[in-house]
Amino acid sequence: MTPKIVFDNVTRRFDLKGGSFLALDRFSLDVADGEFVTVVGPSGCGKSTALNIAAGLLKASGGEVTVDGKPVEGPGPERGMIFQQYALFPWLSVRDNVEFGLRIKGEPPARRREIAERFIDLVGLGQFADALPKTLSGGMKQRCAIARAYAVDPVILLMDEPFGALDALTRVQLQDQLLETWSRERRTVMFITHDVDEAVYLANRVVVMAAGPGRLQEIIEVDLPYPRTEEIRLSPEFTAIRNRVWHAVYHQQPAQSHG
Amino acid sequence: MSAASAKPRTASSGKAERGPAMDFASLGLNIVGVAAGVAIWWALTGSGVVGLPRPPEVLARFIELLGSGQLLRDTVASLARVLTGFLLGVLLAIPVGFAMGWYKVARALVEPYLQFFRMIPPLAIIPLAIVTMGIEETPKIFVIFLASFLASVVATYQGVISVDRTMINAARVLGAKDFTIFRRVVVPASTPFILVGVRIGLGSAWATVVAAELIAAQSGLGYRMQQAQLYYDLPTIFVSLFAIGILGLVMDRMLQAVERRLTIWQERI
Repeated sequence: MTPKIVFDNVTRRFDLKGGSFLALDRFSLDVADGEFVTVVGPSGCGKSTALNIAAGLLKASGGEVTVDGKPVEGPGPERGMIFQQYALFPWLSVRDNVEFGLRIKGEPPARRREIAERFIDLVGLGQFADALPKTLSGGMKQRCAIARAYAVDPVILLMDEPFGALDALTRVQLQDQLLETWSRERRTVMFITHDVDEAVYLANRVVVMAAGPGRLQEIIEVDLPYPRTEEIRLSPEFTAIRNRVWHAVYHQQPAQSHG
Repeated sequence: MSAASAKPRTASSGKAERGPAMDFASLGLNIVGVAAGVAIWWALTGSGVVGLPRPPEVLARFIELLGSGQLLRDTVASLARVLTGFLLGVLLAIPVGFAMGWYKVARALVEPYLQFFRMIPPLAIIPLAIVTMGIEETPKIFVIFLASFLASVVATYQGVISVDRTMINAARVLGAKDFTIFRRVVVPASTPFILVGVRIGLGSAWATVVAAELIAAQSGLGYRMQQAQLYYDLPTIFVSLFAIGILGLVMDRMLQAVERRLTIWQERI
């Protein structure tokens, strides 16, 4: 099967005063169709840079990202993105936020409303459809952002530390909801996190990255069945994989020339 | 106009939003303060310490000017100038401010002029305006236009450049192109800034009209004061000053109400 997303030697440099900074160095990764990949690594490892390039929000300085064999040249609604800061439009109600992408797609009002309704219910915000974002808690805001991303029916979800700003309990709830939706609809997910437990709990594969320059360190298969449950989270197998990932993230060798 | 340097988030009424009990208490104190001021004024002028008109004289003149229609005519003349100049200024400031925030080229082209004219008090333009535009309404309206334009354009520009990048990115990944992003994200996101600019613009327009009428006009509240000055008519000067202050306050409060309504979605600290 051909991979859904291919990172082919992707490099990104940021120009700074008096030089440049290598944020991502020859990063290569294949993500299969329907796969759930998490990416972990210390800050400065280029994980967000890689995601933003795949989203089309940043341009690669070298190499390229292809989706279904086509090079990414800009953002597109087939690649939905979820941000850590929610990025809801505060002047729009939950419903209008969810309808935003549908309006751009040119869906007629009745259809827009119907689709929005479905996804608002899916994330459990039915009662809050007409509320403004400022009245919602952090977890509810992120659920609204997830509904907004789902509404345009993307084939790929790019998630940039989406649960990083939430409390531990809300985070676990949203992880379970995300996995539930994913196992039903099988969208390809690339999920960035700095939480090793979260990375292992969600993923088919965990991509560990290293900093200075940002690069791929190791890819670890998570050989645990879905649906993931609390039992799995507490099992010795989970702990073993978690420890491997932990070691890969926190005991990294300094950068050396490689190719 | 202390909102000038404040961020829009905190600009509207700050502590006043603590609930009705607080509001009644502070309203009561407001009235006590005003009453005390009038009492002191009355005591000072009544005892002859200062040669200013006493409250009853000013009130009598107010009733007289109101009855003869003079006060209304002056007020209408001043308001017409202010609103014309102010509306023209704001209507131009908003697109120019947006262009400056959105296009680097526009910013680089316009900014030197903006910074330069900001340093010149609008009133200093009056001599030039009278010479080139005559003594009719045009020079006055032009000066007011300039004052409100300069105040609003900077706020609009600031509003556009401080729109959250993540929000723009969120719109882009949902498929929005530049024009949609501008209309559906940048415009609403910068509304709070624009409204602060509009309020500052109205304040400076009002300040400018009165001063402009003092220098060159045949009608208006400023002109009336200038005439009264010639005849040592202090009560009329007082009536005009009160009218200027109260009208300015009323216009500001009206804009503040509009602002609160349009920015109800903002998370206030």
